[in-house]
Amino acid sequence: MTAGTALAGCHECHLALRLPHLADGGVALCPRCGAPVHRRKVNSIARTWALLIAALVFYVPANLFPVMTVISLGKAQSDTIMSGVIYLLLHGMWPLAIVVFAASVVVPLAKLVALTYLLVSVQIGSRSRPADRTRIYRITEAVGRWSMVDIYVVTILVALVNLGNLATIEAGLGAVFFGAVVVLTMFAAESFDPRLIWDRAELNDV
Amino acid sequence: MSGELVLCHDCDLPNRLGEVPEGGAARCPRCNGLLYRRVPDSIDRTIAFATGGLLLFVVSNVFPFLSMEMQGNVTETTLATGVQALFRGERPLVAGLVLFTTILAPLLHLTMTLYVLLPLKQGRIAPASRRVFRLLHKIQNWSMMEVFLIGILVSLTKLVEMAAIIPGIALWAFMALIPIVAATTSSLDAHLVWSRIGGRS
Ligand SMILES: [Zn+2]
Ligand SMILES: [Zn+2]
Repeated sequence: MTAGTALAGCHECHLALRLPHLADGGVALCPRCGAPVHRRKVNSIARTWALLIAALVFYVPANLFPVMTVISLGKAQSDTIMSGVIYLLLHGMWPLAIVVFAASVVVPLAKLVALTYLLVSVQIGSRSRPADRTRIYRITEAVGRWSMVDIYVVTILVALVNLGNLATIEAGLGAVFFGAVVVLTMFAAESFDPRLIWDRAELNDV
Repeated sequence: MSGELVLCHDCDLPNRLGEVPEGGAARCPRCNGLLYRRVPDSIDRTIAFATGGLLLFVVSNVFPFLSMEMQGNVTETTLATGVQALFRGERPLVAGLVLFTTILAPLLHLTMTLYVLLPLKQGRIAPASRRVFRLLHKIQNWSMMEVFLIGILVSLTKLVEMAAIIPGIALWAFMALIPIVAATTSSLDAHLVWSRIGGRS
């Protein structure tokens, strides 16, 4: 059923159009907005896997290396993402600790798990609960930005503390890798095509 | 607009758009994805929000953002100070990411919105409108001011034992800018704009 309809939705402007028959290597352009139109995002699964695996690899050093180092009176103290959360907890700031823990630990992990699940479910041709899986995808797409909190905290501390003379704060390698994880998972979510979830599910109706 | 055929962005189900009341939205019956939201006076409203947002943007980038007083020394920072410090600290990638998500993306969002809509209000179409409008859609996702605000909150609680923190005018403007930028997005009827600037279908 799916293959029979040559109707395609432009991903940029949502225009519904009939795809013309193309020569090999030809690309149809949307008559309204000028974007290339494909029935599904090109190489969606392979591209999403590649970005996801890269994010997974970077996730390890992002948590092992310090996100920042405070040098004060000749003493250096380094903080990783986890030790930053523990610091907040030890100082009784548990609401903030929960926010940072959710943004820096739960969100990136949940994104990695959710995208892996979606990719596997599409690749094994799962037909179950497509609406729920689409919802998981939408949430994954929406929450990713919140992982940036830790990067911003480092930025603000670096700005304020280095101008005063008591201490020096340096952004650590962990911040670089963590930023990479955020960007890579955002691109991964963007390259996944939720319509793939429905391609198999639709066969139920036939 | 009514009766137009659209494919759901998320599940590809063809839907015929019925009459959508002002302020109402049409959702996909199968996956609940948003198909279309109709905003009254969309173009005028969006221009108003984007213009106000641009003014707040200038204030939040020019004036002092946060100041810190420690043992009689007051240090003033602007929104971009952290980015500069990261560049000097040899973290150009992190600096670039922060610069893009907190300053460039919101600025591009507001200016590109005005670039397309202001001429449209007078019945003209700005050069490359279609390209700009497509890019606008992609850039919105990278504007993360509300996340930055949480970052400020976290860092202030860490610093509060060491020093007195004084919020500047720019911080207030920045906080006002967040809902204004959100309103710029939600008041924009992309469907309407595409039907005006798009080629014939
Ligand atoms: Zn299009
Ligand atoms: Zn749908």
